[in-house]
Amino acid sequence: MTDLASPSTSQAPQPVHVFYCGICQFPVEYCEFSNSFKRCKQWLEDEHPDVYADLYSADALKEKMGSLSLEAEQKLEQDVAKNEARAEKKALKEIEQKKSSKITIIREERTKRKVTTHIQNLDAFNVDLKPAAKLLAQKFATGSSVTKNPQGKDEIVVQGDVTDEVEDMLHARQKVLSTLPEKVKVVKEDKKKKKNTEEDQQQQE
Amino acid sequence: MFSKFDKTQIGNSTAIKSSVQRAIRQKLLDQFEGLRVNDGALLEQIWPKKESISLIKCHNQLQLLSFNGFPLFFQSHDDPYVPTLRLLHLYPHLLPPVTVDRGAIRFLIAGANVMSPGLTSKGGQLPPPEKSYPANTIVSIFAEGKVHPVAIGICKTSTEEIKKVNKGIGIDLLHFVGDGLYKFERI
Repeated sequence: MTDLASPSTSQAPQPVHVFYCGICQFPVEYCEFSNSFKRCKQWLEDEHPDVYADLYSADALKEKMGSLSLEAEQKLEQDVAKNEARAEKKALKEIEQKKSSKITIIREERTKRKVTTHIQNLDAFNVDLKPAAKLLAQKFATGSSVTKNPQGKDEIVVQGDVTDEVEDMLHARQKVLSTLPEKVKVVKEDKKKKKNTEEDQQQQE
Repeated sequence: MFSKFDKTQIGNSTAIKSSVQRAIRQKLLDQFEGLRVNDGALLEQIWPKKESISLIKCHNQLQLLSFNGFPLFFQSHDDPYVPTLRLLHLYPHLLPPVTVDRGAIRFLIAGANVMSPGLTSKGGQLPPPEKSYPANTIVSIFAEGKVHPVAIGICKTSTEEIKKVNKGIGIDLLHFVGDGLYKFERI
């Protein structure tokens, strides 16, 4: 009990070393169930041939069948392959979507002379919104925050009309904005104040 | 629980008061036999007494205990603490084990609960009758032919009951390889 700190820690059970896959992050033995099995296998073969040989040799393959019947095993493999194809397709689609997605800057009138600037779709480019809002606030010395818009998506709202400046910043890609691609498509919109009283109340809130 | 867990559900991370930390330490020690060995040497190893731990509040009354950004335990509402899978991978003896057969693995990785036949079939393993776990035991779920646990679950009924009924859900899944929390190696 006297000195718990250092010597006793050596009495604690040693942690097990787990070998994680670099692709799917599963422990390598579970790669066969991941959606990227082919890539996982390739990765392991390239990076760690010894582990690969251990895991995917003919003997090991036979052994891992365990209590499962041949039929069930085949079905399992089929399913995994199917899932993999599906995941690949999805990933491709996502990349495509990312390429075609653009950032929208909306200038919105609040009251007579007061304007806010809304920047939407930044999160599609892996921009961390909170620090980005902070950066904008610092740059323009105005209020700038992350809010949820009615569509349920996060956007940055900056006080004042800073549309052009924001656009320049997006193209300059500084600090937190560095994850943006080189030529981001930026769309600018102008939203006039609606004469709907209900909406006004919502905005003022 | 974590199949749809992502960044948006993570709230603020706060350092917790030392008195609260002491209470949490005691709770962990009470709950996990593995941590009590050698005057809590293991707890000391994963969470040194001198260091402070942070509490991350997430949606749905979920709380994560993280040490240096490494999530160690999670807790929903006031339920018992559950170690994260990555911690369990390091110290597999934290939780009592069960084994599922090979056919069940892919369903677990997709987030399904464990069905009783997956435990009682040839490839599965439940503790012998004299060591049976009561209901609501948190167990680590190993898989046939694999070394590391694939998931963490909570027994719906006692293991003897699972053997007897051998139908329907036996273990509710809490946390599995590849789920939302697993993807956060660091928070």
